[in-house]
Amino acid sequence: MSVLVILIALSVIVAGIFLIAFIWSVKKGQYDDDYTPSVRMLFDDNPKKSDDTIS
Amino acid sequence: METIETIKPVKQFKPVIKEDTHCYHCGESCDHSICSEDKYFCCEGCKFVFELLQENGLCNYYDLSNTPGIKVKGKFTTDKYAYLENPDIQGKLVRFSDEKQTHVNFYLPQMHCASCIWLLENLHTLQKGILYAKTNFQRKEIFVAYDPSLTSLRKVVELLAFIGYEPYISFDSNEKKITKKVNRQKIFKIGVAGFCFSNIMMLSFPEYFSSGHIDEGYLRVIFTYLSLFLSLPVIFYSAAEFFVSAWKGIRQRWLNIDAPIALALAVTFARSLYEVVSGTGPGYFDSLSGIVLFMLVGRWFQDKTYDSFSFDRDYKSYFPLGVTRVNGQEESAVTINELKKGDRILVRGSEMIPADAVLMKGEASIDYSFVSGENSLVEKRKGELIYAGARQMGGSIELEVVHPVSQSYITQLWNNNEVFENNKNVEKSFIHPWSKYFTLGLFAVAAITALYWWRMDSSKLLPAVTAALIVACPCFLLLAATFTYGNMLRIYGRNKLYLKNASVIETLAKINTIVFDKTGTLTHTSEASVRFQGEILKPEEEQAVYSLSKQSVHPLSRLLTRDLLKNKVEPLPVTGFAEKAGKGIEGVVNGKKVRIGSGAYIRGEEQDAPGDMTEVWISIEGQIRGCFTINNRYRDGIHQMAEQLEKRRFRLHVLSGDNPSEKMNLRRIFGQEASLLFNQSPQDKLDYIQSLQQQTSRVLMLGDGLNDAGALKQSDAGIAVTENSSQFTPASDAILDSSQIGRMDAFIRYAQSGKQIVMTSFIISILYNIVGLSFAVQASLSPLVAAILMPISSISIVTFVTIASSFSAKRKGL
Repeated sequence: MSVLVILIALSVIVAGIFLIAFIWSVKKGQYDDDYTPSVRMLFDDNPKKSDDTIS
Repeated sequence: METIETIKPVKQFKPVIKEDTHCYHCGESCDHSICSEDKYFCCEGCKFVFELLQENGLCNYYDLSNTPGIKVKGKFTTDKYAYLENPDIQGKLVRFSDEKQTHVNFYLPQMHCASCIWLLENLHTLQKGILYAKTNFQRKEIFVAYDPSLTSLRKVVELLAFIGYEPYISFDSNEKKITKKVNRQKIFKIGVAGFCFSNIMMLSFPEYFSSGHIDEGYLRVIFTYLSLFLSLPVIFYSAAEFFVSAWKGIRQRWLNIDAPIALALAVTFARSLYEVVSGTGPGYFDSLSGIVLFMLVGRWFQDKTYDSFSFDRDYKSYFPLGVTRVNGQEESAVTINELKKGDRILVRGSEMIPADAVLMKGEASIDYSFVSGENSLVEKRKGELIYAGARQMGGSIELEVVHPVSQSYITQLWNNNEVFENNKNVEKSFIHPWSKYFTLGLFAVAAITALYWWRMDSSKLLPAVTAALIVACPCFLLLAATFTYGNMLRIYGRNKLYLKNASVIETLAKINTIVFDKTGTLTHTSEASVRFQGEILKPEEEQAVYSLSKQSVHPLSRLLTRDLLKNKVEPLPVTGFAEKAGKGIEGVVNGKKVRIGSGAYIRGEEQDAPGDMTEVWISIEGQIRGCFTINNRYRDGIHQMAEQLEKRRFRLHVLSGDNPSEKMNLRRIFGQEASLLFNQSPQDKLDYIQSLQQQTSRVLMLGDGLNDAGALKQSDAGIAVTENSSQFTPASDAILDSSQIGRMDAFIRYAQSGKQIVMTSFIISILYNIVGLSFAVQASLSPLVAAILMPISSISIVTFVTIASSFSAKRKGL
């Protein structure tokens, strides 16, 4: 049954890692703006290209 | 009403162009006179922006969404941002600076679509020296990093203003940074509580399924101590705000809703701690952390506000930051707070006059709509006094300051009234008395239980009493209210009524008197109904009138131009154009002399007849052809709204800063019972609201401009009406999109239903509490029962209020 103790300890540590990851992501500002990045990723990288098609 | 407006005597005119033309940049309807590369524009400004973007290969802007641009307003005066060269001002705006880069954050109210994000983040291609720019769409903010050796703050702002995103610059914009930090704290607390709750639950499962008989004794010890350890951050970090708030309430001798919650949390924790240390049981850590998590989520849900709106603006937000001071030949940019009596200032076209001042040089045509709500231009001559808040519409003028900014006519409203200093008396929610009764009732139950067990079996006294306090956690009071109001705020937001916070819903439900401002609130600000009376104009004559009036920036000319544009006319060249300030305009079109102006100017009378209407007279080749009457156009649905509100016995009042010319129309709309007052100054409006409140009325005020600011603040609930959410609104409790004003009745009814929903959910949860208490008082509340009962009651309440509030909204057509 002592394997349970190891498993419990492991599971708490794994969960703790996720908690730290969460705190890190909040601190980095990932929760400050939940809209703009979703639009930003759809933009093409090279705006010059679209200019060529017009002229 | 509507039918009268649409009938125009000029209907028989055959349009020259078949399709509607819209400006390629901003989408406003326009004619074909300004074009570039087969694209048409409404003004030179829009065309310039298009050409600038095209030069830099940024035409993607127009592909991402249709006509994303913002109409360039007025002429772009090059010295407008001269004050940004002032190092003091720079120091206040810049966030970070060294030799290589400077960081600055701006609020851009005009940001509105994906194209905006794209263009603004490509700012570096438009100006050398800008390193990068990053937008936050929801907050409408842009972060710009630039190289101070290549460009300057002023140049960055000028570029932003030129492409249509004029930054809103104010010294007190620091407030936003503080709220950001607070929000993060909330997310941390929820995250920590969630983490601890899920782990404690996992550790509690063996206990539940073995019904308290775990074979391996040491495992049980490990589980319970681990749970205790995990509950520490919950009680001391996540739940700290409940204890702080309860303590603050008690110190002010007031039992708020957090007091019984804090008590329940403390008792639960103490009893669980005792059980674990004494080895008598597993404790109630699972229920404890679950409840804290639910309550925090509820508060976060309710407090999620509209980041891009500001509900606390005072006059300072409307006024420019800097102004040009003239000292002999020397011009210098100073902040408006530095202005002293006797200073000479230079105000350019379409700029605001920041302090009461006397006109010294130049011709002033003043737009006072901001101060008085009256929407026509006033001509001022040399030596006349002009009040702060007025906008100069003509050329540059020079003025001498009479009062410093803080003592000007309009800003005095803020100085003399305690209304603006104190926040509105925060209405204590009806939930608080409930929590008081609940706490008292709970104490009574606990006392009876104690008495009973003291007589029967004193060993069970403490377990029974603490169990009663644990299971009857008053958190349902909080959960019911936060989730109901949180959901209602979102539903209001979807219907374009943006409330400042949840307590506004309760205030709205108690309203019995509604006061409307007229100009801008009941009527359109930029649209009017234009009707022609007289000899019908031929198409080419109409074209001539259009061409001439297009030359002028007078508000009436603009209204006329816009109306004539509906007939799809094209402008012709105008020669000999002359504008007589305050009188009218004239010019030669197609060889014919056309004059447009006031009755006095065209008909050669001494004075205007004191009519109730605004009239624009037309004469062609010296022959008077008739006049356009320009009336305020009421917003759609006003008539119906007034009828509905009247039926529901609200007392209606209309306050107008304008003259009584619209009295008949308003009477028709609002009925005989409504009181209509005209020529009201901002102070009059405030006093009127105050006098209504003394007659025990609960007043809802709807207004738009700065002239309503006092009344909005004084009223129980003030709603600022705006045509464009990027426009600034005065301090208020809510911001309403003007297209939705006809639904006021539904909004109020929905607020009233909110209270019923919360009450119903109270009754449901009291039933739960009776079940829980019946276990508790028998001293037979196992942690399992608590762990099942508490989440079920929380989840069922949340589900009930969410469904009920959404259903109620649907029934009211929201």
